[in-house]
Amino acid sequence: MATSTKVSIPRRAKRVQISSLLASTPMAIVAIGVFVVCVGYSVMLSFTKSRLFPNFNWVGLDQYERLWGTSRWVVSVENLLIYGILFIVLCLIAGFFMAVFLDQKVRFESGFRTLFLYPYAMSLVVTGLVWQWMMEPSLGIQNVVQRMGWSSFEFAPLVDPQYAIYGVLIAAVWQSSGLVMALMLAGLRGIDGEIWKAARVDGIPTWQTYLFIVLPMMRPVMITSVVLLAVGVVRVYDLIVAQTGGGPGMSTEMPAKFVIDHITARGNVGLGMAAATMMLLPVLLVIGPWIYREYVRPAKH
Amino acid sequence: MMGKKLFAATIGAGFMSASVQAADLEVIHWWTSGGEQKAVTVLAEEFNKLGNDKWVDTAVALGENARALTMQRILGGDAPGAAQFNTSRQFEELIEEGLLLDLTPVAEKEGWTDFIRPSSILNPCMKDGGIYCVPVNIHSAQWLWTNKKVFAEVGVKEPNTWEEFLSVAPKIREAGYIPLAFGGQGWQERHVFDVVLIGVTDEAFWNRLWKDKSVDAAGSAQMRKVFETFGALRQFTDAGAPGRNWNDATNMVITGKAAAQVMGDWARGEFAAADKVAEVDYGCIPGPSKRPYLTLGGDAFIFPKSSDQNLEAAQMKLASMMLSPYIQAKFNNTKGSLPVRADVDLTVADACMKKGLALLDDPKASITPANAYITEDTNGQIQDLVSTFWNEPSMSVDNALAVFKGIIEDAE
Repeated sequence: MATSTKVSIPRRAKRVQISSLLASTPMAIVAIGVFVVCVGYSVMLSFTKSRLFPNFNWVGLDQYERLWGTSRWVVSVENLLIYGILFIVLCLIAGFFMAVFLDQKVRFESGFRTLFLYPYAMSLVVTGLVWQWMMEPSLGIQNVVQRMGWSSFEFAPLVDPQYAIYGVLIAAVWQSSGLVMALMLAGLRGIDGEIWKAARVDGIPTWQTYLFIVLPMMRPVMITSVVLLAVGVVRVYDLIVAQTGGGPGMSTEMPAKFVIDHITARGNVGLGMAAATMMLLPVLLVIGPWIYREYVRPAKH
Repeated sequence: MMGKKLFAATIGAGFMSASVQAADLEVIHWWTSGGEQKAVTVLAEEFNKLGNDKWVDTAVALGENARALTMQRILGGDAPGAAQFNTSRQFEELIEEGLLLDLTPVAEKEGWTDFIRPSSILNPCMKDGGIYCVPVNIHSAQWLWTNKKVFAEVGVKEPNTWEEFLSVAPKIREAGYIPLAFGGQGWQERHVFDVVLIGVTDEAFWNRLWKDKSVDAAGSAQMRKVFETFGALRQFTDAGAPGRNWNDATNMVITGKAAAQVMGDWARGEFAAADKVAEVDYGCIPGPSKRPYLTLGGDAFIFPKSSDQNLEAAQMKLASMMLSPYIQAKFNNTKGSLPVRADVDLTVADACMKKGLALLDDPKASITPANAYITEDTNGQIQDLVSTFWNEPSMSVDNALAVFKGIIEDAE
């Protein structure tokens, strides 16, 4: 088989193959080096008693036992679930509505587009700080509205452990929904005008056309948006540090912050890596197969 | 041709800078409040005056963030010239791994071990015969800062113990003041917890708990009293406390919005920066406690090892400067902390500082901070517990005690 292939490939094609191989080698090295080796090393460390510096004193599953017995970690995971699901859903809804709004051929479209996308240009640290100040009870929105006469108005989620996570959510959705809008708008503009004409001929109301015809056609855009948003969810760290520092109490702690706190200031790499491994698991188990199904498999058809 | 010339010029410039022997010394610290900035400026300016070496300032808000950055930079091979830590076990592993510059040559020449007092403040710096850090000050954590005007107006006595505080606090609240200015950040919650701990127990209990890591002490009735007293303080803070910086809370006392704040002696710098006079405008009460105790902690600088000879020389120079009598006096007067050497001119010390100095001379009054005995890992677990307990009044004292006992049991 090998020899016959060799013979059948013309010289030029062979050269192309070699050059493409050469071109992809650095990427392959980086991919294997960074992803496989480093991830493997991290997972390995999670079975050791590493403190600030990695060592190989094996302790089996001790770190995992402590991890799941630590209320801060359990709270972090719960927070991530609440935050992640609501963040993705709200960003998709807000982004879709903004895109539909812009799709109505409104005046000053480019102005609105910039306005909606602008928060995305801001770093999460700045976003967190700005919203922290706006949600501060004695300086922010609550104070302004109360001074205007509505004295019972309350809007200070960050000081209440029960609502703090939603305060973070508001800031995150504000920052990221512009990106979804941009993607969705591109998707909407890609819809064939004939479909709109056909829908109009059939007398289907505009909102139904959007919901039942256009939206399903935008599936690839939706998937791209969800993947981008989901990546942002898993690694959420800077927003938390800037806006709440994880507080009040443990109410806005997140897994990524748990990992970073433990591998740096708290000097417990073993536990931090166990937490990092737990963060990797859902990605491998859920998102991996899903991306494979959506992207890789259809390409082979 | 052109390229060759340029190359030669670059090489020449390289030699020239080497002959001047100047180094940029980057210093990571967390002194970001108004009073702290003034103090760190003293160090920076005096260091720049010494020669061609330059102090490059990297100020990071919040101690844990600054320490995390230092750790990452050292582990990542991009170490700063110097970095601030608390005089504690925080940097112990950096010493063990041989990542820090041994300051023994300069320490022996100047006789650090002879003049640094109390000698226990140098203990965290010493390991296997080497000296790896420079303690620059002594800070004590156990102080209640009060606004004299507020107490006079309400007509109650400033509390000396936690029991007294709990009895006068409702009256202060009724008069429309916030009884306790509080910053709801993890370390501040932990700070108040430790102050309450020594306030309602004593030195023997403190040592049993932190030094001996006694599980019996951790689950005792005394510990229950600590959690109860600590929990009772929640009702005397305001709604805006969560996330507040300590100096913003101090400012509430300075401006008369709040009656008192529990904070270390570094708060004195904020009062001084606001031109307030000790024991006239504001009061400082050691404790509150039946018997005053002060933890002798403080700030220390470590100097990561480097292959650059010029940098190493600059590091040694900075280390030596930090301990010189002149800098010790100027720096600590600005910062509100106590100097680490006794032969320092403290004529400008105010009433609060004098109180602290007097207690420093009383060996029975000084205790060692908890983080000199427990690792940052254990310390962090306790901080998480205390923070959860403070912010979730639904967490019972029983539950908190059980978790606390578990942490002490596993402590190394």
